[in-house]
Amino acid sequence: MKALRKYLDKIKPNFEEGGKLHWLYSTYDAFETFLFVPNTTSKSGVHIHDARDSKRTMIIVILALIPALLVGMYNVGLQHYMAIGQEVTFLTRFFYGFLAVLPQIVVSYVVGLGIEFAMAQMKKEEVAEGFLVTGILIPMIVPVDTPLWMIAVATAFAVIFAKEVFGGTGYNIFNVALITRAFLFFSYPSKMSGDQVWVRTADTFGMGKGAVIDGYSGATPLGQIATTEAGNFSDFAFNGITGQPLSLSDMFFGFIPGSIGEVSTLAILLGAVILIASGVGSWKTMLSVFIGGLVAVLLVNSFAQNAIMEMPVYYHFLLGGFAFGAIFMATDPVTSARTERGKWIYGFLIGLLAITIRVFNPGYPEGMMLAILFMNAFAPLIDFYVIDANIKRRMKRATVTK
Amino acid sequence: MALSSKTKAVLLGPLNKNNPVIVQVLGICSALAVTSKLEPSIVMAIAVTIVVAFANVIISLLRKSIPNRIRIIVQLVVAAALVTIVSEVLAAFAYDVNKQLSVFVGLIVTNCILMGRLEAFALGNGPWPSFLDGIGNGLGYGAILIVVGFFRELLGSGTLLGYPVIPQGLYDAGYENNGLMMLAPMAILLVACIIWVHRSKNKELQEETN
Repeated sequence: MKALRKYLDKIKPNFEEGGKLHWLYSTYDAFETFLFVPNTTSKSGVHIHDARDSKRTMIIVILALIPALLVGMYNVGLQHYMAIGQEVTFLTRFFYGFLAVLPQIVVSYVVGLGIEFAMAQMKKEEVAEGFLVTGILIPMIVPVDTPLWMIAVATAFAVIFAKEVFGGTGYNIFNVALITRAFLFFSYPSKMSGDQVWVRTADTFGMGKGAVIDGYSGATPLGQIATTEAGNFSDFAFNGITGQPLSLSDMFFGFIPGSIGEVSTLAILLGAVILIASGVGSWKTMLSVFIGGLVAVLLVNSFAQNAIMEMPVYYHFLLGGFAFGAIFMATDPVTSARTERGKWIYGFLIGLLAITIRVFNPGYPEGMMLAILFMNAFAPLIDFYVIDANIKRRMKRATVTK
Repeated sequence: MALSSKTKAVLLGPLNKNNPVIVQVLGICSALAVTSKLEPSIVMAIAVTIVVAFANVIISLLRKSIPNRIRIIVQLVVAAALVTIVSEVLAAFAYDVNKQLSVFVGLIVTNCILMGRLEAFALGNGPWPSFLDGIGNGLGYGAILIVVGFFRELLGSGTLLGYPVIPQGLYDAGYENNGLMMLAPMAILLVACIIWVHRSKNKELQEETN
């Protein structure tokens, strides 16, 4: 630690006013404040300072995402070796998944941070820290077989049009990672949905070569139930990629085809515990998303017409991106509602909408992305009315006591 | 033909600092609807230019005799007549494009640019400046349409005027056309990008920020 601090202090003069690398000051500052909590304080007004600045907050979110990422990587390997019909060790599976996901993480960070650093350098501002989380979210919410250039294009699009044009980190209306996914989803639907993209069948850097076995089907559970012919849920069974039946525990631990981050509900819950315990994520938003989902499922269950309308609520919560969206996407402090009562309304409507899209629109087997983006647009309105109602209530109280 | 500085401003202003689409933000709906391909964008640009120019001339000629209270009705009749002519000509000689443009040819009648020019310019100016004003505004509108149509067709379908321009090798290497380009939201983003470039070149057009 000391050596690092000393080294930073030694090279600092190069970047300060008059130094030959001054034009890179924003970059230097970004790294210095990333590694050490800055010791500067505000010069005006009254402020309460906490060591937990936004860089530290972001790192906690990344820590909370790590379990889901690791299980997701293992699952990529598991599904792959199942698809080519080979029995391998635990570590081989994990390593295969790690190699398959790593390039996506690298591309997302290089493109996103590259744009952020260039923008900050151009505007002579500090580099904002928002992309630290976005960069790891992007590979976790897209199919594992998404081509790297598509991730690069979509990341660039989202960082520029969903964030920088609004003024950078903290000013964006929509969740940047979800805009990336939405861009991919509408631009390249064949690479983002269907039953060919969720399981990586090709080899990764020469690892895991093999032909796909007979009877392989890569459809996600939600994709299966959205397209099923079965008239009611009791006639329907979720199948894994080799045709084996999927149990509830498979869905809970994350051994089903799907995006990297969303498959393991257990790992997501672990992340939720970290977020809530550290106070970074709002438990109100998370809980209300699940309540909204529950209400919607109970409603459609009560007048069910087909298999997906009859699907019990725990399947809805275990499958697809529902839990992931509720824990990590809906709680994004920038794009969600900020008032405490607003968080309840905001989360509730996300859950309600996500289930509605899932059940009633066969074109979109998963509705979480669209539901959160839609409610992002309404979050400021919700806040406005919550505050307005509060003001009115207090006004009434003030006039009564006159 | 040497143009005086005033006529020059009338003709060329709408192409740049007084552009109907990116400065006055008029005619956006049709700019979003018809620009998924380059060909309909060009046809639409020509159609609007012709209608605005001639409607301007006719209203300008009639401007002293139109009673003020019914001027909107007169303008609409003139515009509707011209649009009908254009629509019939298109149906006769460019049937495919006419089908692609569908209702949007008819909707030129309600195009804000058209009504705006008739109200703001033709009612107060002579036929020749009115004609130039119509041509200028039509071209200013058309230029944006063609730029947007160019990028949407190139990135969305990989073609230009129907001819493939993206080499097959690129597709074999994994390139794919961008489906979002074919949807209207991307058109509004492209218009926004044009506005972005235009505003950063013309600082006096930038709104005050607080």
